[in-house]
This record gives sequence, structure tokens and C-alpha cells, in this order.
Amino acid sequence: MATLKGPIVPADHIQGDARAACTLVEYGDYECPYCGRAYPIVKRIQKRFGKRLRFVFRNFPLKELHPHAESAAESAEFAAVHEKFWEMHDLLFENQERLGGSLYLELAQQLKLPSKDLRAALENREFMARVRADFTSGVRSGVNGTPTFFINGRRHDAPFNYEDLLAAIEAALSQA
Amino acid sequence: MANILPPGTAAPDFTLHVTPDQSLSLRELRGRPVVLAFYPADWSPVCGDQMALYNEILPEFQKFGAELCGISVDGVWCHEAFVKDRHLHFPLLADFEPKGAVAQSYGAYRKSEGICERALFVIDKNGIIAWSYCSPVAVNPGADGILQALEDLPK
Repeated sequence: MATLKGPIVPADHIQGDARAACTLVEYGDYECPYCGRAYPIVKRIQKRFGKRLRFVFRNFPLKELHPHAESAAESAEFAAVHEKFWEMHDLLFENQERLGGSLYLELAQQLKLPSKDLRAALENREFMARVRADFTSGVRSGVNGTPTFFINGRRHDAPFNYEDLLAAIEAALSQA
Repeated sequence: MANILPPGTAAPDFTLHVTPDQSLSLRELRGRPVVLAFYPADWSPVCGDQMALYNEILPEFQKFGAELCGISVDGVWCHEAFVKDRHLHFPLLADFEPKGAVAQSYGAYRKSEGICERALFVIDKNGIIAWSYCSPVAVNPGADGILQALEDLPK
């Protein structure tokens, strides 16, 4: 049974209460259509469980398959430095078919982020190491594709539709 | 599930086609660790299927000087198209004729369906199986076990 190796740390992208009884971790790729499909499902799940659930997103760009996955992840990391990670994360998934330089700059503008700095950060691969560190922790944890979810540290091997995630989180909560 | 060859066993040698006019023998890789990944079929309908995932992780395997080979019963032309489509940077071997013979010698063949198991083998530089693992066929095993096994090899 694959388990999460890297503990949740403050540098992670976290939504929800640190004391929540359940933590859902997603390793995802902004260009992966399955992650795109999971995005609104995770939102519904978060709404459903409220304070009982903490959600963590980690980068797992499959760059050989998805040429924009890394640059999208790096753009989100740039936004994170300006405390706009989740806004960027959401917009990237909502505009998944348009990933690329001009979209990132447009989104930066929309979020009132310095788009010139974003362009430089992407050019200098400023956030490559940060994204890569997530990827490596995922590999070590048994991430086997995207998206891969961990519920309280255990890999969720069932499908990730709403009903399956709901049931798996209910089960984790009942054991907590 | 299949009874795959356990650690401590000498890895059966084989020669299989990689492309229509190239073949690879296990013994050619002697001297460095080898990761053999048997898998059911090319063209799984998900992002980051097992082979695409290993492709992304290839640099991690290479840190250990390890060679990675995927093996399925698909033919060379099929492998060639799959490699091209997924930009794979490691060889896929065709266990095609006689079908599944190499998989059988590793205990990693599903006769009822005529496909390979999802079976992983880490072979040390002397050709001895150091670690093996068979995953339920529907579950992509990921790479954590392989990396741990490579790390555990005597230096």
C-alpha cells in the first residue's frame, strides 16, 4: 500500500484547517485532462466536508506528455510567492485548453501580479526546483499517474469521481 | 496472482526485438542494474500510465546507473508507434514470438488473457534478481518500490 512520504509542511499549498480530521493530497498536472476533470470534483468535496477536510495540492507535471505542464506549475508557484496560489491554480484549471505564455501573463494581470516578473521567472526557471521537489516527493510516495490522491497519507487507488472520493473520505473520518 | 521469480534467482537471459531491425539481450546489460517492467499492453487510456510515468522518472533511475526496459506482448510496430506517441526515452521489448515466452520464464504471464502481469524486477549488476514485485493488473504500481530497491543494492 503506497503511502505519502513527504509530510505536509508550511511550504505546501494548503486549504483548510490544520486540525482537520482528514487531509486530502492531490498530485496534479495542470495540462492533464483527468486533473481538469477532478478539479470541480475536489471543489464539491471541499464544500461538502467544510472544516473537517484539509486539501493540499502538489505539482506532478508530466512534461514529456504535456509541454505546458511545467510552465503552468511554475506560474502557480510564482503566484504563491505573492499569496495568490489558489487563485492561479483555479484559473489554470479553468483555462486548461489555453495554457501557454500569453495565458499566464493574462492571468497575472487579472490577479494584479507583476507580469514582467512572471515572464522573467519563467525564463530563468526560477521555480523549476520547487516544482521538481514536489515531483520527487510524489515519485517516492508511489504517485502512479495524474491525478493521484492520498487520503490521510494513503494512496487512493479507487476512481476519483465524486461518489468514490466521498466514500473514501467518510471512511477515513470514521477511523480518525 | 502469479508466482513471479523471487529475489536471489538468476534472471533468465533473453533476446527480444526492440525495433523491427534491432534486438536486445539481457546479458548485454551485465555490469549495471537493470529494471525490467512487464506490463499488460501499450496504449492504456490514461495520462501517466505506467510507461509514461517511468519515462518522466528516467533521470532518477539513471542516477543509479540503471537501465530500464519495458516488456509486453505487443509487437515491434505497435511499440514503435507507442514510443513515438508518448516520447518514451527507453526501450520497449516485444515478447511477441513465441508469445509471452520471456514473461513466462519470469512467472509474469497471464495465460488466460494472453498478456503480461504488471511485474517489476530489479536485477543487480551480476544478473541476479535483487527485488521483484507483482501488482494487481489494474493498479499501476508507481516507481517507489523500484527506487527503494535500487537504493538498497550494494554499492
